[in-house]
Amino acid sequence: MSSVSIRNLDLSFGAVDVLKNLNLEIAEGEFLVLLGSSGCGKSTLLNCIAGLIDVSGGQIHISGRNVTWEEPSDRGIGMVFQSYALYPQMTVEGNLSFGLKNQRMPKDQIAQRVARAAEILQIEPLLKRKPGALSGGQRQRVAIGRALVREADVFLFDEPLSNLDAKLRTDLRVELKALHKQLKNTMIYVTHDQVEAMTLADRIAIMRDGKIQQLDTPSVIYGKPRNKYVADFIGSPSMNFFEGDLSAEAGSCVFEGPDFTLPLTSYEFETPQIGRRKAWLGLRPEHIVTGEAAAAADLSADTIVDIVEPMGSDTLVWVNFGGKPIRVRTDGQSDLEPGDTLRIGLQSARASIFDHQSEDRL
Amino acid sequence: MTDQSVIEPSGSKPSKRFSRGNIILYGTLIVVSMYYLLPLYVMIVTSLKGMPEIRLGNVFAPPIEITFEPWVRAWAEACTGINCDGLSRGFWNSVNILIPSVVLSIAIASVNGYALAHWKFKGSETFFTILIIGAFIPYQTMLYPIVILLREIGLMGDLAGLVLVHTVFGMPILTLLFRNYFTSIPEELFKAARVDGAGFWGIYFRIMLPMALPIFVVAIILQVTGIWNDFLFGVIYTKPETYPMTVQLNNIVNSVQGVKEYNVNMAATLLTGLVPLIIYFISGKLFVRGIAAGAVKG
Repeated sequence: MSSVSIRNLDLSFGAVDVLKNLNLEIAEGEFLVLLGSSGCGKSTLLNCIAGLIDVSGGQIHISGRNVTWEEPSDRGIGMVFQSYALYPQMTVEGNLSFGLKNQRMPKDQIAQRVARAAEILQIEPLLKRKPGALSGGQRQRVAIGRALVREADVFLFDEPLSNLDAKLRTDLRVELKALHKQLKNTMIYVTHDQVEAMTLADRIAIMRDGKIQQLDTPSVIYGKPRNKYVADFIGSPSMNFFEGDLSAEAGSCVFEGPDFTLPLTSYEFETPQIGRRKAWLGLRPEHIVTGEAAAAADLSADTIVDIVEPMGSDTLVWVNFGGKPIRVRTDGQSDLEPGDTLRIGLQSARASIFDHQSEDRL
Repeated sequence: MTDQSVIEPSGSKPSKRFSRGNIILYGTLIVVSMYYLLPLYVMIVTSLKGMPEIRLGNVFAPPIEITFEPWVRAWAEACTGINCDGLSRGFWNSVNILIPSVVLSIAIASVNGYALAHWKFKGSETFFTILIIGAFIPYQTMLYPIVILLREIGLMGDLAGLVLVHTVFGMPILTLLFRNYFTSIPEELFKAARVDGAGFWGIYFRIMLPMALPIFVVAIILQVTGIWNDFLFGVIYTKPETYPMTVQLNNIVNSVQGVKEYNVNMAATLLTGLVPLIIYFISGKLFVRGIAAGAVKG
């Protein structure tokens, strides 16, 4: 049984359709990440699931119950917000117990739940403090605790780490993953940070203009993006694209680029291709090989290095190929200089080919 | 040359006390404060003099013999028409008008502002716009219609009628004030409270009210001074027995039988101004903070 089920969801503000006929099934215990650039409707979708926005059409089921018209507090959800949203005049303890008091839960039971959440999140020493006296990381922990004490079936996270500094964000990300492993709740997590999405998610839903572009595991989304938008959005630095023609005959397929021809000997097409059509070729910077490995690739070529960007763990090299600068990721210890010649190799197995018109994966 | 004559710049920069900027700044401040304080000084000094001393004509001279008799007379004995019980009656009338008006108008306006900021309903923006337009309509155009209205509901000349009028007329500006303040409270806080199961009143009393103290202080000051100083509504919608203090002050000062008792007039005026003055003194800091909080955002 799925934990959260969204069926034909529509949402419009006046004449603007924000969500269009959206369907989404989330399994019990799954960590689903809604990923997209700002304005794609991901936070709106989360607010709809929480019941903070009234939907225009369709249904939302949580734990097998149709909650489309239920109040947020009756949906069995806990929610964590980007700005923490802690009640400033209450202590941490007050913040954690506010929701339970509203449910008129007995005092000893509240104390028990608060103590347990505080223990899990290691915020026991902070219970008597007010949010103003906490650091960003501590505040977000309290905010997670507030969702925790509700013992909800589903946790909703609305960009919970965006307000934290880079180091803290990484730490809390790992903690969140551990927390999910421990609690095994269903979690829906909204972010625009693809690293968070890739590291946390069981499945990622990439959204654009109120529609889900692709819903799959991180590795599939990364390796076999459904369309050019997803391919471009996921991966940093992003994919190199070439415009050209796909020419397919029985037994042999080639991609004819501006001034190169890549034989697609080991590319797995979604559907068998026959004939000739305009297409996009996408290659990730880390999938372009250099040096000795280049000779064994489906296509190898000598290129002139344009710009070198050392990033520590690896080096991003811009070379001129196919009539434009492309990104190639090489070893961090690279001693390449602009003007050097670099031999690169293109492999069809890890490439992506998209139709020129629809931009869907071929 | 000794070492002491060459001082390397280090540490905080020395500031000149009598720089040109400072002289202009403090000069202006002194002149402006004189402008406000001198009349106040004259009033206080005059109110402490006896009539013979006032007739000498030295307006600025301090009293030779301090007497509180004018204050007592202003409070308890000054005559308006046939009543000779001073301002005390007007004072209590004003208090009876003030307290319910302030409490009622702020209670309603704060809920209004909260609802308009966080519980948007269909047409809430239109409703708000209409309410704000109310703030720009001159009071004079509404005087007579309200007379008819109060007469029809039987509150003409009654203190309750005046309370109603003050409450209604305070609504536009107070609602604007509260709406802007509550809009500045992050929406996520409101959402979190809803997820936590708090309803309309739960969020208002337990989340919003504790955060809204500064704006309440602003509202109280605006209403207390506004209603206390009101003359127009007071003179129109009440009758001589229920005149507020301001109207009575006017009647005392303007009564022309016999000698003009300047000292009593001054004391009466000071007495009337005392309430807003006290309010300002005890809440000055909060007032500035609240004005800043309510006005900047929205």
